[in-house]
Amino acid sequence: MAELRLMKGNEAIAEAAIRCGCDGYFGYPITPQSEVLETLMARKPWEETGMVVLQAESEIAAINMVYGGAGCGKKVMTSSSSPGISLKQEGITYIAGAELPCLIVNVVRGGPGLGTIQPAQSDYFQAVKGGGHGDYKLIVLAPASVQEMYDYVDLGFELAFKYRNPVMILSDGIIGQMMEKVQIGPYKPRMTDEEIVAKYGSWATTGKTPNRQRNIITSLDLDPNRQEQFNLKLQCKYKEIEEKEVRFEKIACDDAEYLLVAYGSSSRICQKVVDLAREKEIKVGLLRPITLFPYPTKAIQAMLGHLKGILAVEMSTGQMVEDVRLAVEGKVAVEHYGRMGGAIPTPQDVLKALEEKIIKG
Amino acid sequence: MTEEIIIAGFGGQGVLSMGKTLAYSGIMQDQEVAWMPSYGPEMRGGTANVTVILSDSRISSPILQEFDTAIILNQQSLDKFEKMVKPGGTLIYDPNGITRHPQRTDINIYWVEATEEAARMKNAKTFNMIVLGAFLKVKPIVKLENVKKGLEKSLPQRHHHLIPMNQEAIGRGMEIVKKVN
Repeated sequence: MAELRLMKGNEAIAEAAIRCGCDGYFGYPITPQSEVLETLMARKPWEETGMVVLQAESEIAAINMVYGGAGCGKKVMTSSSSPGISLKQEGITYIAGAELPCLIVNVVRGGPGLGTIQPAQSDYFQAVKGGGHGDYKLIVLAPASVQEMYDYVDLGFELAFKYRNPVMILSDGIIGQMMEKVQIGPYKPRMTDEEIVAKYGSWATTGKTPNRQRNIITSLDLDPNRQEQFNLKLQCKYKEIEEKEVRFEKIACDDAEYLLVAYGSSSRICQKVVDLAREKEIKVGLLRPITLFPYPTKAIQAMLGHLKGILAVEMSTGQMVEDVRLAVEGKVAVEHYGRMGGAIPTPQDVLKALEEKIIKG
Repeated sequence: MTEEIIIAGFGGQGVLSMGKTLAYSGIMQDQEVAWMPSYGPEMRGGTANVTVILSDSRISSPILQEFDTAIILNQQSLDKFEKMVKPGGTLIYDPNGITRHPQRTDINIYWVEATEEAARMKNAKTFNMIVLGAFLKVKPIVKLENVKKGLEKSLPQRHHHLIPMNQEAIGRGMEIVKKVN
């Protein structure tokens, strides 16, 4: 039977990892996501499901442990916050280049550099446009509630294995630290090597069997032709992901004249803005991207006919707004409103910006 | 029904756990709840506050600029949050240590002398439950039986023997709260 619990977003990540049959978590503590590792250590899943939980000596070690575990076909993950995710970028691009599944959670804090421990959304470019080197993409999920923090761990692993691609949950200090009601699901058993082969194919280095070629996990190929072919193959995969995996939510969009576009915690703030605006009889809707890659470009384009203006709201100097502008192609005015460095806009701040930048502008 | 509450005071006063008890009580009566703490390089003696929202429908922003109720437990928090109570809203505060009292006339202001009462009960740890009782008297948004269920759910088994004491403190808070304007 489903169980309801009051949990922090970070705790929900940990609980979901145990229950979705994760084989291993490798991490290093950093505010505001330390409760992920703390919860896992307190829960001792190695006694319950056999899941490994390891505090590595650094973020770089942790992501390379993930690389190793993923190469063996295991369901493995790491989590960190912005500066720690920067340290992991080399490992992430190697994992993408080796076409391995894994889950990476970024509970974003303000930057650049060590920045602040307060929430921000200034890692959008890093998550969506690369981060590490090379032409690769992560599938990026943006939870806006603690329930979604829980749900997207399982979803993230499903997508990671389906596409043999790293998946990132891009959260922030608000969702990580906030407590909400969470419906806890039943335990899914950890998969055996045989089950992984049956479901996702034989690519992992689990020991060569006589009737197949050796599996090799690498991101290195010095032959330009083969490397180009490999890049084209990756691009085909990303294209398929763009066609099949776009997720978003529309709130009060049917009659909207003005549109807010916001993800994660900003979308929660914007839900209130919609209510405040509608009280003033301003027809405002909200489009909330759930996947940041693939981005809900077509969903925005489909609404342009009845929109007078769009405000992208993010806790950054304006990153996601670029993807909104690419979707809109100049057909409607697009402005950005954001706070940064750990400052959080209130719904009233956003409404004021909407009125000043879009409605009067 | 949606009730947006800020609880603010010193770290160590039980601000966050009072909010948690309230949130758990909301879950026990099938409500949506959100509990959003201020977090930062804070420690015992520093300021601590938490936004708690209980609602019959989906909760939008956990980040708020105005509140239905402010529960205020020190001077810094009073100075910061008095102006953020919605007109017609509620402010409940413990006058202990307060030198500049609330000034607004467009909100309902209540006293709960919880610090004194906790001393009388010879248990400083009951302080936050006395304050919670005061709130529940003024705003009975959760049933007392659901508060009990919430405590049972949120406290580990080894602390369950403390639940009657907490209930008693809630009862005391309900008795001593008084309107001051």
